Amino acid sequence: MNPVSYSFAIAAAAIALLAIIEMLRRQRFRERHAFWWLLAAILSLVVSIFPSTLGWAASAVGVEVPSNLAFFMSIVILFFVTVQHSSELTTLEEKTRVLAEHVALVEQRLSVLKHDVGDLHRGRDL
Amino acid sequence: MPSLHDTLIVMPAFNEEEAVGAVVKEVLSTLPGVRCLVVNDGSTDRTAHVALAAGATVLTLPFNLGVGGAMRLGFQYAVENGFDFVVQIDADGQHNPRSVPELLAQLEHADIVIGARFAGTGEYDVTGPRKWAMKSLAAIISRIAKTRLTDVTSGFKAAGPRAVHLFAANYPAEYLGDTIESLVLASRGGCTVLQVPVAMRPRAGGVPSHNPMKSAVYLGRAGMALVIALWRTPISVKG
Repeated sequence: MNPVSYSFAIAAAAIALLAIIEMLRRQRFRERHAFWWLLAAILSLVVSIFPSTLGWAASAVGVEVPSNLAFFMSIVILFFVTVQHSSELTTLEEKTRVLAEHVALVEQRLSVLKHDVGDLHRGRDL
Repeated sequence: MPSLHDTLIVMPAFNEEEAVGAVVKEVLSTLPGVRCLVVNDGSTDRTAHVALAAGATVLTLPFNLGVGGAMRLGFQYAVENGFDFVVQIDADGQHNPRSVPELLAQLEHADIVIGARFAGTGEYDVTGPRKWAMKSLAAIISRIAKTRLTDVTSGFKAAGPRAVHLFAANYPAEYLGDTIESLVLASRGGCTVLQVPVAMRPRAGGVPSHNPMKSAVYLGRAGMALVIALWRTPISVKG
């Protein structure tokens, strides 16, 4: 591997990791959303600093071409992230639905109250 | 027979300003003592205004939730305000309010009564793939509910106290949730289902589609909704 691509890989992984940590720090991310990204960034940093770890891991699990292991791991991580998002989306939809129901009920109660209060005022004037 | 004073008529309405007024008035005049609730499902027209003027109680959802979402709100309103019976009627005037007493009468023998369109009265014809889809759905749901049902996608339904409580907490909001999944959920939760033949009137507006492509998509989605409904963990009713 030539030194340019070696340092480029390290820089990319380090930037990704720093970006995730920074977002966590600024509370732009909640911990449970950050988990998979953090894992991915740490793994890629380790692999970019010590490329031999990828070869070692590949031979340990019987993958002939080490880069295929990297692709496979990336797909697995992305898969978990999207599944998690779908599940959270469902939770959020249910929450907005409950809120919409509450708003409708409260609005109706409010308009009945307004009407009653109006009647009371008119009664007092008479 | 359940009293009309304990009955809430729920009408999910999405942009129905032309039909809803007349339907509400007809319901209130043919069924004296009944309360009519229009769930304005995120309409962009004057549905809420028209329904209110016609004498209905109106709940307005801030955005469209679909029939399932509107109905769950209707059931919640029924529970909060002490109504034991809920009858769902379409806001487009397809369902004749005169059939409501027949549905209510059958609630003495079942928790859910469906006003079925193919059971002999009136003219309501569907043909081709859509008909097969509806027939096979009816056959499968009949087996789950352990009773003979011929029309499970009817929007004309009455629910007794057990079903009202179950639905207030769990009415499904998904596609076809108001028909297929709600029946599956209720019968697995221990509710009994019956059907009563009713005559349908022509819709006040719009034409039902006969596009074979759309029918195929409908069949697929209905099948999927059924499978998912059966996968879900059954819910039991208290009381």
